[in-house]
Amino acid sequence: MDKENHKEKRNINRRDFLKIVGAGTLSATALLYGCDNKNTAGSNTLQPSGTMTYRTNLHGEQVSLLGYGCMRWPTRKDENGKSVLDQETINQLVDYAMEHGVNYFDTSPAYCKGESERATGIALSRHPRDKYFIATKLSNFSPSTWSREASMSMYQNSFKELQVDYIDYMLLHGIGMGNDAMKEFEARYIDNGMLEFLLEERKAGRIRNLGFSYHGDIRVFDYLLSRNDYYQWDFVQIQLNYLDWHHAKEINRRNTNAEYLYQELEKRHIPAIIMEPLLGGRLSKVHDHIVARFKQREPDRSVASWAFRFAGSFPGVLTVLSGMTYMDHLQDNLTSYCPLQPLTDEEFDFLYETANLMMQYPSIPCNDCKYCMPCPYGIDIPAILLHYNKCVNEGNLPESSQAENYREARRAFLVGYDRSVPRLRQASHCIGCRQCEPHCPQNIRIAREMQRIDHFVENLKQGNVF
Amino acid sequence: MLRKIRIAAALICFLLITLLFLDFTGSLHTWFGWLAKIQFLPAVLALNVAVVAALVVLTLVCGRVYCSVICPLGVFQDIVSKVSSLRRRKKHRFSYSPALSWLRYGVLVLFVIALVAGISSFVVLLAPYSSYGRMVQNLLAPLYGWGNNALAYMAERVESYAFYSTDVWLKSLPTSLVALLSCIIVAILAWRNGRTYCNTLCPVGTVLGLLSRYAWLKPRIDTTKCNRCGLCARSCKSSCIDAKTHRIDYSRCVSCMDCVEVCTQKAISYGRPLKTAPRTEKEDGPTARRQFLATAGILMAGAIEAQEKKVDGGLAPIIDKKIPHRATPIVPPGAESLQNLRQHCTACQLCVSVCPNQVLRPSGKLASFMQPEMSYERGYCRPECTKCSEVCPAGAIHLLTREEKSATKIGYAVVVRENCIPLTDGVSCGNCARHCPTGAIQMIKEIVNGKEVELPVVNTERCIGCGACENLCPSRPFSAIYVEGIEHHRTI
Repeated sequence: MDKENHKEKRNINRRDFLKIVGAGTLSATALLYGCDNKNTAGSNTLQPSGTMTYRTNLHGEQVSLLGYGCMRWPTRKDENGKSVLDQETINQLVDYAMEHGVNYFDTSPAYCKGESERATGIALSRHPRDKYFIATKLSNFSPSTWSREASMSMYQNSFKELQVDYIDYMLLHGIGMGNDAMKEFEARYIDNGMLEFLLEERKAGRIRNLGFSYHGDIRVFDYLLSRNDYYQWDFVQIQLNYLDWHHAKEINRRNTNAEYLYQELEKRHIPAIIMEPLLGGRLSKVHDHIVARFKQREPDRSVASWAFRFAGSFPGVLTVLSGMTYMDHLQDNLTSYCPLQPLTDEEFDFLYETANLMMQYPSIPCNDCKYCMPCPYGIDIPAILLHYNKCVNEGNLPESSQAENYREARRAFLVGYDRSVPRLRQASHCIGCRQCEPHCPQNIRIAREMQRIDHFVENLKQGNVF
Repeated sequence: MLRKIRIAAALICFLLITLLFLDFTGSLHTWFGWLAKIQFLPAVLALNVAVVAALVVLTLVCGRVYCSVICPLGVFQDIVSKVSSLRRRKKHRFSYSPALSWLRYGVLVLFVIALVAGISSFVVLLAPYSSYGRMVQNLLAPLYGWGNNALAYMAERVESYAFYSTDVWLKSLPTSLVALLSCIIVAILAWRNGRTYCNTLCPVGTVLGLLSRYAWLKPRIDTTKCNRCGLCARSCKSSCIDAKTHRIDYSRCVSCMDCVEVCTQKAISYGRPLKTAPRTEKEDGPTARRQFLATAGILMAGAIEAQEKKVDGGLAPIIDKKIPHRATPIVPPGAESLQNLRQHCTACQLCVSVCPNQVLRPSGKLASFMQPEMSYERGYCRPECTKCSEVCPAGAIHLLTREEKSATKIGYAVVVRENCIPLTDGVSCGNCARHCPTGAIQMIKEIVNGKEVELPVVNTERCIGCGACENLCPSRPFSAIYVEGIEHHRTI
C-alpha cells in the first residue's frame, strides 16, 4: 500500500505539473493570438491529462483502476435494420482506453445478446497480448447449459471468441441469483464438477485468476468465502457504490449492503473488483435537486465522477468496471482516475448524506443490464423502468391528481412513454409469467412493477382522481 | 366587396373543416366541431330541425350561399377551378349551357329512394360533405400524420413534449380507392367546367336549387346598362347566365358574386330580383364493389414462443394481430344499433379521423360500405374516450358521457381456449382479466392434462365489448379472446 500511495502521490505531482504547463501554454497561446480563453477553458474536464492510477493484484500485476465493462457496447443498424454491435466504434473506444492506460476488460458469453466476447476479442487482438487483462465468465444461467458438456463448450468457446490461449480473470457468473440460490449454485458449478475443473485449469495456467461475481442471496457469498482456504479466490466481484454502501438492503431486502461485502473481502485480503459503481447510470441520471447539490460543491466535476471516486477510494479495490458506450463517458471516467483523487473523510460523509437524500425518490433500482431480456412476450422491461425513473428524476411523476404540475407531468409521462417504448412492448402487455425475475441481479419484482406502472399509466390516461 | 366577403368566409370554413379531418388530437373539435354539424345532409339525417330550418331560411333569403361557403366540396371545386383559370386565355373559359334537369332530378329521386330503403352505400357515395371528408382522411391525412411525426421526432431530440407521433396506416383499401376516384372525377369536372358536379349529381345542390329559385335576394341584370358583352356568362362557373336573353337559372346559381364583380357596366347587382333557365355532362359514379380485403398487417418475421433465455438483451419479435371473423360487426357506443348507424351515417370519416386508439376504420362490406366499424388489433375502445360520439354530425353516433359510454354494451367477449397462453405456453397469464374495465372476466382454476391452469371465463351480462381483453391478449396473430358485436346496443 505504501508503494501505491507513493505512486499516487507521484502521479498527482505529475498531474499538477502538467496542469501548470498546460495553463502556461494556454495563457501563452491566448497572449500570442489574443483569443478569448473562455472558449478553450471548458475542455479540460473532458480530456484526461494525467496518468492512470494502478492497483496490484495478488500476483504483483498492475491493473488499471478503471476497468472496461463490455456489457454495453455501442450498436448500429445493419442493412436489414437489425441492431448489431458497431465494431468500428468499439475498436476506437478500446484503442483510446488503452492509450490512456486502461488494461482490464470484462466480458461474458451472455453479454450483448451473446455478441460481446467476439467483438471484444476482435478489438483486443489488435494489441499485444501482454498489454491487456481479459476477464470473462462461466455464464450458464439457462438450465439447459448446466450440464458438464454444455458448460465445457461455453468455456472453450470463450477462448475461441476472445482469440486467446489463457484467460486472465475467470468468474463464476452471478452467484446468489435465482429463486433458490444455493441449489442453483450447486447445480451450475458443483454437481457437474465445473468448479473443480476451473481450479485445475488455474493450476495449468490457462486461468490466471479465479473468482466469482455475486448478486443476491448472501448465504452463497458467505459459504464461498468460508471455503477460501480451499478455493483460494484471487478476487471477488461485488456491487459497490455510495447508495448500496448503506442502503442495498433497504432498497431490496434480498440484497446485502456493500459495506458488509467489502469488509468481508478485506478481512481475507481478497481484492475486490467493483461492478455497478454508477448503477447503470442511475447515479449520474439523478434528480435535479441532487444534481444541484453536486454542482454546487464542484461545478466542474461530473455527477458520475463522484461515484467513480467513491468506488476507487477503497484501497482493497483492484479495479472499477464501467460499461462505457460513448466516448464522452470513457473520457469522463478516465478523468476521474487519471489519477484518482481519493475522497476525503468529509467527502465520504457528503456522499453518504447524498445517498440518504436519494432514498427519498421512488425510482426503481434497474441498472439496464438487460439480463431480464429478451422477454418472451416482447415487453421491453428495462426501457419501461428507465422511462419511469427518468420521470421520477425530472419531477414528472405526479404524486396525486391534485398535484400542482399534474397536467404537464401527465403529458410528459404519457408522451415520453410512447416515445421510449413502442405500444406493443409497454407494461400493459406484461402477462405476469415472471420468467424474467430470477435473472434480475437487483432482485426487482419485475411483474409486480410492470403491473404497478401499468396501473399508474391507466390512472393518468383515464384522468382518475388518485 | 360581396365577392371578397364570400371568398374570405369560404376559405375560413374550408380550412377549418379540413383541419377537423386532420387533427387527430381532437382538440380543434371542441371549438369548431359545429362546422361539421351544420352540413346539410348530416343535419337532415340527424333530424337536426334547427340546422335544417336555418339552412332552408338562409337559402330562401340569400340563394345557395351554403354551396359557396359552407360546403367544403363546393369550395374545393372553386379552388380547382380558380387554379384552372390561371392558365393563359382560360380566365373566362365558361359558357352558358341549359340545365340537365332529367339527370339532376333523376339522381335526386334515386338518392331519396336509397335513403328511405336504407341502401347506404349509394347514399354515402353522393353525400358531398362526406365525399370531401373521405378525400382528406384518405389522401391528405397520411401526409399530415407524417409531417407531424417528423416534428415529433425533432421534438423528442430537444426533450419537448409539444408533439407526439401518431400511427399512419391504411385503414381500408376500398375506401381509399373510392376517395381517390371521387377526388379525380370532381377535380376534372371542376378543372373544365366549374360547378358541374354541384348542378348535376349533388343531391344537396338539387334540393337547395329547388329553394333558391324563390330566393329573396339574387343577382339580377339591369338590361338598360347591359351591353351584351357576355363576360358574365363566360365568368359563371355554374354556366347558368344566358347573356343573350338576360336570364339567370337561379336553381343553379350558387350566389358566388363573380358576375357582380366582373361586369364592367355595373349591370349586375345583388338584391331583390328584377326579372329569370338549364344543361350537363354525364359522370360515372364510382361503383361500390364488394371488395373485402383482409387488411391483415404485414407479418413480421418469426413467431414469439416462450423460448429459454440464454443470452442478455434483445427483443422478441412481435407478430401483428389478425382480424378475427366476427359474425356481427362491432360499431361504436352511441350508434345504438347497426340499423341506426346504417341509416344515418354519411361515411364522412370524421369519427375515423379522431379515433385516438386506432379502433375505427371504414367498413369494406357492401351493406355498410365506408361506414365506421370497430376492430381491436391496434388498440381498444378506451373507457375515457367518447371522441367519435362528440364529432358525429349525422346522428349516427349519438353523444354519450363517459359514464354512459362505459355502461353501453356494444358486444361481448368470446374465449378461444386453444389459443390461451396457459395452455399453449404453460405459463400463467390473466392479462384479460386484469385489464377488463367492468370486471367481466374471471380466471377459473381447472385441471388440464393433469396440470392445474387458470383460464378466463366471461360474464357476458357484464361485458361491454370494449376489446381491452382482445387487444392485450398475448396470443398472436389470433387472440385467445375476441369480441363479437351485437345488433342492438344496450345499457348494462
